[in-house]
Amino acid sequence: MPPKRKKDVVIRSEDVGIEIDAQEDSGSEEEARRRARNRRAKPSPRRAKRPVSDDEDEEEEEEEPPRRKGRRGKAKVQDSDEEEEEEEKKGRKKKPVKASNRKKKAVKEESEEEEEESAEERGKNKKRGKAPSKKEKEEQNKVKKSGKDKGSEKNKRKNSGKFSRCSILSSGSGSDSDSLSEGEMELLKEEVEEKKKLITTLRNKPWRMKRRLQQLKEAQAFVEKFEGALGKGKGRKLYAYKVMMAKKLIKFKRDFENFKTACIPWERKIKEVESHFGSSVASYFIFLRWMYGLNLVLFGFMFGLVVMPEVLMGLPYGSIPRKTVPRPLQETAMDLSVLLDFGGFMKYSVLFYGYYNDERTIGVLQFRLPLSYLLVGVGIFGYSLMVVIRTMARNANEGGDGTDEGDFNFSWKMFTSWDYLIGNPETADNKFASITTSFKESIVDEQENQKDENIHLRRFLRVLANFFILCTLGGSGYLIYFVVKRSQEFAEIDQDNLSWFEKNEVEFVMSLLGLVCPPLFETIAELEEYHPRIALKWQLGRIFALFLGNLYTFLFALFDEVNAKLENEKSIKNATITAYNEYYSNYSSFYNTTDVPPLDIQPADAIRGPCWETAVGIEFVKLTVSDIQVTYLTILIGDFLRAVLVRFLNYCWCWDLEAGFPSYGEFDISGNVLGLIFNQGMIWMGAFYAPGLVGLNVLRLLSSMYYQCWAVMSCNVPHERVFKASRSNNFYMALLLLVLFLSLLPVVYTIMTLSPSFDCGPFSGREKMYEIVMETIEKDLPAFIGNIFTYATNPGLILPAVLLMVLALYYLNALSKGYQQANLDLKKKMQMTRDEEKNRRNNKDSTNQVMKDLDDLLPNRSLIPPPEEEEPPPPVAQKGSKSPKLKPGSAANGKGVNLQKEVSLAATNPRGVVNRPPGPRGGPPGNIRGPQPGPGRGRGRGGPSSKAIGFIRGC
Amino acid sequence: MGNKQTIFSAQQLDAYQSYVPFQRLFSRYRDLAPQLVPLDYTHQPDVKLPYELIGSMPELKDNPFRQRIAEVFSEDGEGNMTLDDFLDMFSVLSEMAPRDLKAYYAFKIYDFNNDDFICKLDLVKTLNKLTRNELTEDEVRMVCEKVMDEADMDNDGRLSLEDFQHVIVRAPEFLRYRHTPQ
Repeated sequence: MPPKRKKDVVIRSEDVGIEIDAQEDSGSEEEARRRARNRRAKPSPRRAKRPVSDDEDEEEEEEEPPRRKGRRGKAKVQDSDEEEEEEEKKGRKKKPVKASNRKKKAVKEESEEEEEESAEERGKNKKRGKAPSKKEKEEQNKVKKSGKDKGSEKNKRKNSGKFSRCSILSSGSGSDSDSLSEGEMELLKEEVEEKKKLITTLRNKPWRMKRRLQQLKEAQAFVEKFEGALGKGKGRKLYAYKVMMAKKLIKFKRDFENFKTACIPWERKIKEVESHFGSSVASYFIFLRWMYGLNLVLFGFMFGLVVMPEVLMGLPYGSIPRKTVPRPLQETAMDLSVLLDFGGFMKYSVLFYGYYNDERTIGVLQFRLPLSYLLVGVGIFGYSLMVVIRTMARNANEGGDGTDEGDFNFSWKMFTSWDYLIGNPETADNKFASITTSFKESIVDEQENQKDENIHLRRFLRVLANFFILCTLGGSGYLIYFVVKRSQEFAEIDQDNLSWFEKNEVEFVMSLLGLVCPPLFETIAELEEYHPRIALKWQLGRIFALFLGNLYTFLFALFDEVNAKLENEKSIKNATITAYNEYYSNYSSFYNTTDVPPLDIQPADAIRGPCWETAVGIEFVKLTVSDIQVTYLTILIGDFLRAVLVRFLNYCWCWDLEAGFPSYGEFDISGNVLGLIFNQGMIWMGAFYAPGLVGLNVLRLLSSMYYQCWAVMSCNVPHERVFKASRSNNFYMALLLLVLFLSLLPVVYTIMTLSPSFDCGPFSGREKMYEIVMETIEKDLPAFIGNIFTYATNPGLILPAVLLMVLALYYLNALSKGYQQANLDLKKKMQMTRDEEKNRRNNKDSTNQVMKDLDDLLPNRSLIPPPEEEEPPPPVAQKGSKSPKLKPGSAANGKGVNLQKEVSLAATNPRGVVNRPPGPRGGPPGNIRGPQPGPGRGRGRGGPSSKAIGFIRGC
Repeated sequence: MGNKQTIFSAQQLDAYQSYVPFQRLFSRYRDLAPQLVPLDYTHQPDVKLPYELIGSMPELKDNPFRQRIAEVFSEDGEGNMTLDDFLDMFSVLSEMAPRDLKAYYAFKIYDFNNDDFICKLDLVKTLNKLTRNELTEDEVRMVCEKVMDEADMDNDGRLSLEDFQHVIVRAPEFLRYRHTPQ
């Protein structure tokens, strides 16, 4: 709670303790009334019994006469009042004549109550424990919310003098007085305000409904009456309207939240997985979903800016050679086996690079397709890079490792994890599972923290493990290198002389490594005894390194192929040119004319080059497809079939299959994440050569989401040690970024250095692909932009720019280091503060008044015997800080009084010298304002506080 | 504010109406046991619905703490509820209810043995209810020790309301209505 509140709370609690202790039976509404009452005056019988300081007594005296007169006046109008009461309940009537009556009635009522109370109070004082605590709380709430606090108090004080006169006046003139004086009006307004506040805050109070109703009735009646008197009776309606709107707003907000949650795709599925398998498995699915979103955007770019324009505005299929299947292949072009191999029609379709025409603009819109193709191809990388980095930054902001969740991790889990809105058995089951899982996760974390053993041994083991793994990695790297080299040698030999093994050696070795190494790593990692979360990171990193070999061989093979194709293309290009030249010379010599008609060849019959870009694209698409197949089959066999066998063979098997050897599969987080990441790398690399690949990948991710969710829920069992994923998926993201960078390199390399095929694709006929940009700058943009471009690419400018960036990098790095350090320091400080607080509490000397008061809210506290000794309020503090200001009005209104007390209570020295025996408990619980300890003081704290007692006893 | 079926005095209606969606709740209350709850409430009949009926409401039937909730809100402490108790419960459980109030009642709910302190036994009970006894004894013991360690500010081996509030007001979930999709 904010400190400002605290003070008020304290004030109130004091007040309550004194006055309200005993009032429970007479109805909760008295609470509210009391305040109004306080402000007006105190009943004389009480006053006499109270031990009060002199100056306050004087104030009381001032108050006294008007009050009595007020009563007299009231007595006169009593009858009419009762009639009115009926009317008022039905509807408000604002006749000015009645206004004054009403007011008086209220005054009368109060004074009557007062008398009752004061009689009752003493008797009940000792019994009541629950009541004060509750009321206290109510009071706190009230005060918290009341906006007017002290300012208005001053007003009241000012007015109090006036008011007394007014009441004399009005009582003197009897019920005829039609108008209220100004002071009265203001006072009334304040009271009405207060009542309204009470109504507003009523629901915040831990009362039984019965009490609330009574209280509410009182307050409402009061407000009605006096609002009527003040001529503005809309208060309640307005209030009702406000409450309604507030409710509507909250409901709307919740619905909107629900709607937002419902809009997040697969949120429910993932939550379900999370509740059974823990956040680590869920993190894979979240990553998958994120990837899906990214790919959807990439697909949007590719499809909207490249594929659709070509389909809609470009030349149709069969119009030019590059869009036509060659005649010899046409026979088999529609065979399924060919199509599945992405040959035939597939190869000459919009899915691949070769299909696109090199016309500078197409269609009525003059869409520059080649330019768009290049920009989208590069833009995909740009966008992905941006998104990945932004996500990483945001995740880093969200903070940390997921381990430090504050000081109350377990307590929060214990007390706040159940969602009271759950009203559906299935959701409840999930919630139970998720709570259990999260407890287990935290337990694992905690065990990890508590573990302390031989640090040297562990360090040694870790070094050893890393050594083994490096050996394995090195060995497999060499194996890959060796195999690739051999395959290059084999490529030069005639294919027919090679055995099946020799042909597929690379693939064989690669998949063997992929099969053997990850489990090996896992076994070795057990030496290290890392926390499973950290172990997962190591595992990911190691397998990643292994897979890099995969990537390397693949790219190596690809570049070999591309180079071969480029050679091949050159010869075909030369042959084509020669053929054309021949045709021209023959034609001109034969017809003896220079006006040679263009060669009329069917597009299907045209000579064509190998079009290496399409070949590369096909490679990528094939790889992706085979990856999908392998993944899905692995799940089907490795998880589903295994689960089925284990489940059903268990009935007739020698040992317990479920608990014993094969058991059910666990979800392989590292393998799946890496599979996803490398697949994405393929997409990035291949998208430039096969625009359709992105669409394919979107489909894959979509199906994989459902498929894997199903597989996990039906065939897998949770990990043995369920561990919490780090809240940020930044490790995944970092790997992804690395792969993105690695896949960026070959694509940019081909764009910048290799020359495009002469007869296919959007860049055909150009020396380099990027020339399309130059062309656009030269031809389509004003000259000065070309100039700017030239300057910008000047090395003299680029070098300083790079230098600047490096400097910025350095600076930002240093900055972040500094922040990190500051963060650490602050954390330490917080920890220290907490320890200190705990220590202080150990001494039973609570300094936090608010907490104390809340503590005292507990029912049955009053069963504890009252404190033997009262803490005398230090008079100095009282006088010094606030009392002077408050003095004048303190008698007139309860607030001032309470404030004063508050000050004394809140003062720093609660253990002042006890200079007085405890007062009689039966003493008037009313306002004890003097510096002397009164019997009400202990109560003033809000019931006997066990802490205080303990402390005093301890002394 | 007339209701064709049920009869309340104007004041009653007035009072109830202003801070609970009263008509709806009353019909909910009555629907639980139409034969028990009279339509005429003007004389404030002494009607109590047994816990079995209260606990079977959709709002509560999946709640692990439903019995405790009913006990805490009922005046007799055994889960049998009068209309006022019923309204009380909904008022506190509604999202309009303030933090402190909720914390106060939460404390009472977790305080299984009604001794105004959450002691270890209470924690064990809470945990077992939350996890449906799926944690091992060691784990339960460990969690309870951790909770005590974290929350018990005065080291008296039990949580007072003060400790509880101290912990709970800092909880990110507290009062943030994370709605689990149903």
